[in-house]
Amino acid sequence: MKNLLGIVFSNSHKHIISELTPNRCMGSLPVGGRYRLIDFVLSTLANSGVEDVGVITQTNYQSLMEHLGNGREWDLSRKSGGLVIFPPFSRTESGMYRGRIDALYSILGYLRSSPATHVIICDCDMIFNTTYEDMLLSHIDSGADITILYKKMPLEADAAKDACVLSLAEDGRVQDVMISPPVAGEHNLYLNIMITSKSLLEYLVSSCYSHNQYSLARDILQAKAGQYHIHAYEYTGYVSRLYSLQSYYNANMALLDPQVRRQLFPREMPIYTRVRDEAPVRYGLGSNVSNSLLADGCVVEGEVENSILFRGVTVGKKAKVKNSIIMQDTVIGENSQLEWVMTDKNVTVREGRMLTGFRTYPIYIAKGSVI
Amino acid sequence: MLKYHKKKWIAMILAGGQGSRLLSLTKRLAKPAVPFGGKYRIIDFTLSNCVNSGIDTVGVLTQYQPLLLNEYIGNGQPWDLDRVHGGVFVLPPYQQSTGSDWYTGTANAIYQNLHFIQRYDPDYVLILSGDHIYKMDYSRMLHFHRQKKADCTIAALEVPRHEASRFGILASDEDGRITSFEEKPAQPKSNMASMGIYIFSTKTLIRYLEEDAENEASAKDFGKNVIPAMLASGARLYAYPFEGYWKDVGTIDSLWEANMDLLDPSKPLDLGDPQWKIYARNAVRPPQYIGHGAVVQNSIVTEGAEIYGVVDFSVLFASVVVEPGATVRDSIVMPGTVIRSGAVVDYAIIAEGCEIGERARVGSRPEDTPDKSQWGVTVIAEGVTVAPGSVVPAKAVVDDNWDIGPQHTLDAPTSAKEVGEVVRA
Repeated sequence: MKNLLGIVFSNSHKHIISELTPNRCMGSLPVGGRYRLIDFVLSTLANSGVEDVGVITQTNYQSLMEHLGNGREWDLSRKSGGLVIFPPFSRTESGMYRGRIDALYSILGYLRSSPATHVIICDCDMIFNTTYEDMLLSHIDSGADITILYKKMPLEADAAKDACVLSLAEDGRVQDVMISPPVAGEHNLYLNIMITSKSLLEYLVSSCYSHNQYSLARDILQAKAGQYHIHAYEYTGYVSRLYSLQSYYNANMALLDPQVRRQLFPREMPIYTRVRDEAPVRYGLGSNVSNSLLADGCVVEGEVENSILFRGVTVGKKAKVKNSIIMQDTVIGENSQLEWVMTDKNVTVREGRMLTGFRTYPIYIAKGSVI
Repeated sequence: MLKYHKKKWIAMILAGGQGSRLLSLTKRLAKPAVPFGGKYRIIDFTLSNCVNSGIDTVGVLTQYQPLLLNEYIGNGQPWDLDRVHGGVFVLPPYQQSTGSDWYTGTANAIYQNLHFIQRYDPDYVLILSGDHIYKMDYSRMLHFHRQKKADCTIAALEVPRHEASRFGILASDEDGRITSFEEKPAQPKSNMASMGIYIFSTKTLIRYLEEDAENEASAKDFGKNVIPAMLASGARLYAYPFEGYWKDVGTIDSLWEANMDLLDPSKPLDLGDPQWKIYARNAVRPPQYIGHGAVVQNSIVTEGAEIYGVVDFSVLFASVVVEPGATVRDSIVMPGTVIRSGAVVDYAIIAEGCEIGERARVGSRPEDTPDKSQWGVTVIAEGVTVAPGSVVPAKAVVDDNWDIGPQHTLDAPTSAKEVGEVVRA
């Protein structure tokens, strides 16, 4: 599908999960045992037939660039187009951008030279799986200037943090956009995915930039909801949005539910990720694993329950890991016990240690820590 | 003519064998393409050894059922063999102006592809089999070959005396120079066996292959013809001693054993060694899920698998499902196969995409089989459905859908006790 150009913001919202993002951007957040958050949005674009994707980065993008490589895993390594990564300062005058409009302005040349007629703009803050063919058709059929994806869903008290809540007319037209409103209960949550024509996007970005406006949500969606026809397209599938450390924990744990996995990982719409060529998981004598997800490269000789083990994790003999998320290459020593714990990459828990958090407050162990 | 970059050495992998002793497992694919070790295919070991040894140009000679192998190797990217100069090439037999011929022997297969070798003008050619499980640094062997100023170096390892007549057996002097070589001798003179891994200095290889091609009495085989001819003419042949894990997985039993060896930490074949990874084309599947009440021990399992039952001493490939109440022991279950609830699988190799119905019984345990001569590993071929409640006895090879219950298996070596367990409700 050469008529749709994908633009992915890999860095937005990172300040709301600051524990996990001191050295990585939102897009390279490890999730679900073997993925990075950007895998979901890139795979949905690839599965929709989008062949050109620009990924905008801002800070801490080294791990992301390493993860993406030339985009081959998402079938985005192409002779022309394919995956293009835009670090800041990609043009001399662009500098460090303040918001999405600044960033889009800095890649205006890329937008102009694209053969696409439409642009889909996405963030990296959700675990979900869908395709965009129908949304694009609906955008074209409705005659809307901008079409935005939303889901009607119950929100917890802080769930609209750094998010937009929409009020809609009966025909689905957006009447008002509220940014980070202090609301709870059932609302229309904007999923940070929008489609518009490339020409309108170029115009809006240039026009906002000349007025020193830089926020896509505030200066375009909110300010221009009356002036332009903004249509809301409903998403009814599974989604979990990451907006706090607790929501990160919950979103991972939700993957233990077979219903959720069925919706996220259908065979015909795979979620692609970088291959690490790990050996299969080895279960030793005396291993006892239940209700857990394990990625390749793990070696389990102890007990694992209600947990997610990322690639290359080792659980020693008689160790117990319960209700925990253990990221890549973490080593849990013999006789250690972990409950309600999140360990970042390359953590070493030595023999006989005990770490216990609480359901509403899982403790987080920073990358590379030795306990 | 196109200019090719000269290479120090290239590898040629013989992957054309049918592997008829793997029975139904190689009905639709060549032996090197048979799934192995949870996420690999047999040829991954040889390909990964090449890349890890620093070889960037590899020819894979195919003949029997090449489709899957072709597709699997593709552009070689998973092994880092998608190269600007060189890379991996699948070389099937082809038609030439002088006629066309299948590959009639190992030497003939290389002979028919001499022009491929000559394009890269390599100093050395490494000739390998695509159906062995081992890890080996061929660059050390090349170093040995150069040190000895050899014309040909053959990797060799000690095998048990009683198995020696299955192999090419060689004897060498103190310096390692080979003094005799016999292919599958009835009375082996030593227990040093050829591993089917040869390094030739290119000029020597070409000379002897051309001579062999003109000899009508020759079976065009390295072990039977070329090596003895070289030895007879006084060429410098050396044996490179190899120590470590090596297994020819040519039979059902050896394939089963080699998989089981992966579960044994004392066996020196570490798939997890980051310094010598075995690469494979990966299935794009989510992490494996081990459900409530599952018991998984002494096993290796890979991505996309979902296990709710009991798995012990087994190797489970991508997207295998073991339903609640099902039991898989001492078995190998290949990608996408589903073991329905209540089914029991013992000592079996179940190929890709099978369905083992509820309460079905596949294979049996040796301790439950009174007549040991009737016992063996059970094989279920690709795509077979085993009906609920039916019984597949030990040593059976099932090619087609199976619906034979315990009442029809009076001749089968399944013990009365086991049959009793699976009598239909």
